[in-house]
Amino acid sequence: MEQLLIHTGPPVLSILIFLPLIAVIPLLFTANDNFARKWTLVVTSVAALYSLRLLSGFDRTTSAFQFCEKHTWIEALNINYVIGLDGISILLVLLTTLIMPFCVLASWTYISKRVRAFMVCLLVMESAMIGVFVALDFLLFYVFWEAMLIPMYLIIGIWGGPRKIYASIKFFLYTLAGSVLLLVAIIWLFVQNGYSFFIPDMMWQNYGFTSQLLVFLTFFLAFAIKVPMFPFHTWLPAAHVEAPTAGSVILASVLLKMGTYGFLRFALPITPDATVYLAPAILWLSIAGIIYGGFTALAQSDMKKLIAYSSVGHMGFVTLGIFVLNQEGVEGSILQMINHGVTTGALFLCVGMIYERTHSRELRSATGVGKYMPWFVTFLTFFSLSSFAFPGTNSFVGEFMILAGAFSFEVGQGKFPYLALAAIPGAVLAAAYMLRMLQKIIWGGTDNPDQSWIKDINKREIITLAPFLLFVFWIGLAPQGFLNLMHASVANLLSQFAAHSAQGVTTVGQLLP
Amino acid sequence: MVFLPELTVMAAGLVFFGLSLTASKPEVVRNTAYVFYTLLSLVCLASVYSSGDLFFGAFRVDMFSQLCKLAIALAALVVVIICGAHPGIKEKFFPEYQLFQAVSVLGLMMLVSSADLIAIFVALELSSFAVYIMVPIRRDQNGKIVFQFEAGIKYLLFGVLATGFMLFGMSYIYGLTGSTHMAVIAERIPNLLHEPVLVIAAVMIMAGFFYKLALFPFHFWVPDVYEGAANETTAFIAAAPKIAAVAILLRLASLFDIRGDSISVILSVCAILSMFYGNLSALVQKDMKRMLAFSGIAHAGFVMLGVLTFQTIGYATAAYYIFGYMLMTLACFLVICCISKNGDNVAIEDFTGLYQRSPLLAVTLLVALFSLAGIPPFMGFTGKFMLLVGAFREGHHVLVTLAAINTAIGIYYYLSVVRLTFCTPDENQELVTINKPSRFMQAISVALIFAIIYFGVLPNQFLNVMQKALALAAI
Repeated sequence: MEQLLIHTGPPVLSILIFLPLIAVIPLLFTANDNFARKWTLVVTSVAALYSLRLLSGFDRTTSAFQFCEKHTWIEALNINYVIGLDGISILLVLLTTLIMPFCVLASWTYISKRVRAFMVCLLVMESAMIGVFVALDFLLFYVFWEAMLIPMYLIIGIWGGPRKIYASIKFFLYTLAGSVLLLVAIIWLFVQNGYSFFIPDMMWQNYGFTSQLLVFLTFFLAFAIKVPMFPFHTWLPAAHVEAPTAGSVILASVLLKMGTYGFLRFALPITPDATVYLAPAILWLSIAGIIYGGFTALAQSDMKKLIAYSSVGHMGFVTLGIFVLNQEGVEGSILQMINHGVTTGALFLCVGMIYERTHSRELRSATGVGKYMPWFVTFLTFFSLSSFAFPGTNSFVGEFMILAGAFSFEVGQGKFPYLALAAIPGAVLAAAYMLRMLQKIIWGGTDNPDQSWIKDINKREIITLAPFLLFVFWIGLAPQGFLNLMHASVANLLSQFAAHSAQGVTTVGQLLP
Repeated sequence: MVFLPELTVMAAGLVFFGLSLTASKPEVVRNTAYVFYTLLSLVCLASVYSSGDLFFGAFRVDMFSQLCKLAIALAALVVVIICGAHPGIKEKFFPEYQLFQAVSVLGLMMLVSSADLIAIFVALELSSFAVYIMVPIRRDQNGKIVFQFEAGIKYLLFGVLATGFMLFGMSYIYGLTGSTHMAVIAERIPNLLHEPVLVIAAVMIMAGFFYKLALFPFHFWVPDVYEGAANETTAFIAAAPKIAAVAILLRLASLFDIRGDSISVILSVCAILSMFYGNLSALVQKDMKRMLAFSGIAHAGFVMLGVLTFQTIGYATAAYYIFGYMLMTLACFLVICCISKNGDNVAIEDFTGLYQRSPLLAVTLLVALFSLAGIPPFMGFTGKFMLLVGAFREGHHVLVTLAAINTAIGIYYYLSVVRLTFCTPDENQELVTINKPSRFMQAISVALIFAIIYFGVLPNQFLNVMQKALALAAI
């Protein structure tokens, strides 16, 4: 328990988890759609502002879990309600709380039927997502992890596009099937650790190599599907394309991060030997994802699909950064998680705005709007530049750090500069598909449809997009503040990792020439 | 006083008998039923802490039995309420139907209190015989009369077969220990643990309850009876007898406390086959009740995970699980009864677009089905998880892995119902009209949703009470 800094004062994290949940109650007793919108906006904004308290109280010099709370939950099985925050999760929690008000704003007119139910789903989603990032009891984590599926399923299934049924079922089944065996692994860890579900106790325990491999594989299945890593990505384009804008934003910005967060929080500390042993394979899968995502995005004519496939590529960079297992790589990938959340979230918002006007996601029907929507294309341009990691924008910092980490990747005696070289084409591809989209939307060709009736984005929409732009440049130009938050935790993670993965390193070293 | 719940049911039975002799209006019968089952639930609640032995020790009242009685009474109350106008039963059979239901409830209540093999047998038969008659009582529509008789006969024949097994097992136990009283048997069994015949006897006795619980290989009656019986009868069969069956199985299991032995191997095999059979068969069902029947078989397999730990905490989770199962099933049947036209069966397709016609019913169904599927934060997940943990602790690693895989299989068919519920129907599709749920029904469905979530999130209290009750009940 010494890793926990029990929080005195108001239980900040619990308030963040339960505030949205309690805010659901008034929505059940109202029939007024406008009230529902405003109420949800107020609640999510309050949560967002309140979550900034975390920043002021966060100790950047320690790797311990902070803001911890502990209560007994199920006595009979020694299950506790333990939550806490460290440098790895704090940015993800803030990303979640800060992005929610904009999801509400983006749904203001987009969602016109069953508004109340939609807002209920958003609020429940917020609770569950924050819960996933702060849970320190494995069962608690699993509960949030799975409970999140229900509102997301409904968001896609009720308010989605034409193929929503197919997409929502695929999303649900994929994610759930992936995490069923995780449950068995959790129970195994529970039995191994003297009947405790406490996550920090499970870390760095030097389990036997074979058990580690099995546990790692269950982790991998659950998290790789969530990320999604190639070849488990097929649910993502379907879900993204059919989900309403807010659903796509949540999916891209937060849900995908849960997979990579899972790798960092569980796979590395609990199964270090297996991680080292399997890292090369996962790295090549990441490369495959980067290249595959890039080429597929290049071929899309549906804007949402294009961005969805670009997500596969970007998330490939994130897993690449995690599994090179060095400071630059891991910090870069955490930063890249945030960047992807900001940039891709904003891109989905942009596409949603066009969709609200033309009722089509086809690139063809959105060509040449630059003349009539100057504000809109300005935003879109910056987000696209950020998406392909243009220097000065946020993704550049993240991807640069990941590539730097990849160049210095070594395991045992071997060095793998090929790895980073193989990832480079992905960066070029990103520029290719993003510029292609940008060119078509802004200028198009000689056969543009008549767009003169389109109105530029209104104030509400500008307010929705502006903060994203702020973060694009803030992280792009001054990333140090963000990196400082995670530095101590990442350093601790990697030094512990180096100390506990000796066996895995030896095994891999022998396999390599 | 300790016998008060049973006396209340008997009184109810007598009143219904009286009503059946006169030409009473259906409303009168229905209201009488509401009053009696409410009263019964209150009486059971009041007598939770009573304890004592009756009838020369054959009838044992302790906290565990009283809690089970409370659950049975609540199940019966909810069944009576959700069936509302009883569209599936001919009006002139109303009083008789209620009489048989009361008798069956009486039998189940006596069953959970039985502390003697003969008493178990008598109580079981009492509850079964009443249900044998309830199954074929169904309004014959569209010439479907053959249907319910097939169901009745199947239920009867399999019931008799299972009883035969049970009696045979009991005779062995009597032969081995020289007593039918469970306290005496418990004393003498430790000396007989190496006798193979004891295994046969134990498994055969349990077989009688496998039948009630619908566990493989005593499940053959389930789908046809669910489909053939009226919706209200099915709701009753799906909820109440299972509680009693689990209660008595737990008592029996604590009697044959032999971990890691052939009994637990047999139980694990039954549990696994039950899960796979139930889940795989449910995948292809078109009729909602049939689907629930197969899902019930799968859930029976899950309950066995708790029984075969042979530990108090395992028993407590098994009790928790079956209580949760009761709530979820009742919630499903509430929706079925609201959708069903004139008490007909409900096809899964009939749920299409339910969300647009009645959001509350749709949410009730969503909660119930996701809970059955084992998704947090509902009761079904918490129960399943604790059962898995308990079994894993006892070293049943393969069993737990297979059970987890079964959860994944199960999701698909529950989800396909939810999918229809929340999808937008085609314009030209003819939608089944729904009976608008009365305020009373709405209250019940909100209460069921609340209970499924509340106990799912905070199982602590329930488990503590149940563990205490089980400790007191230790024979």
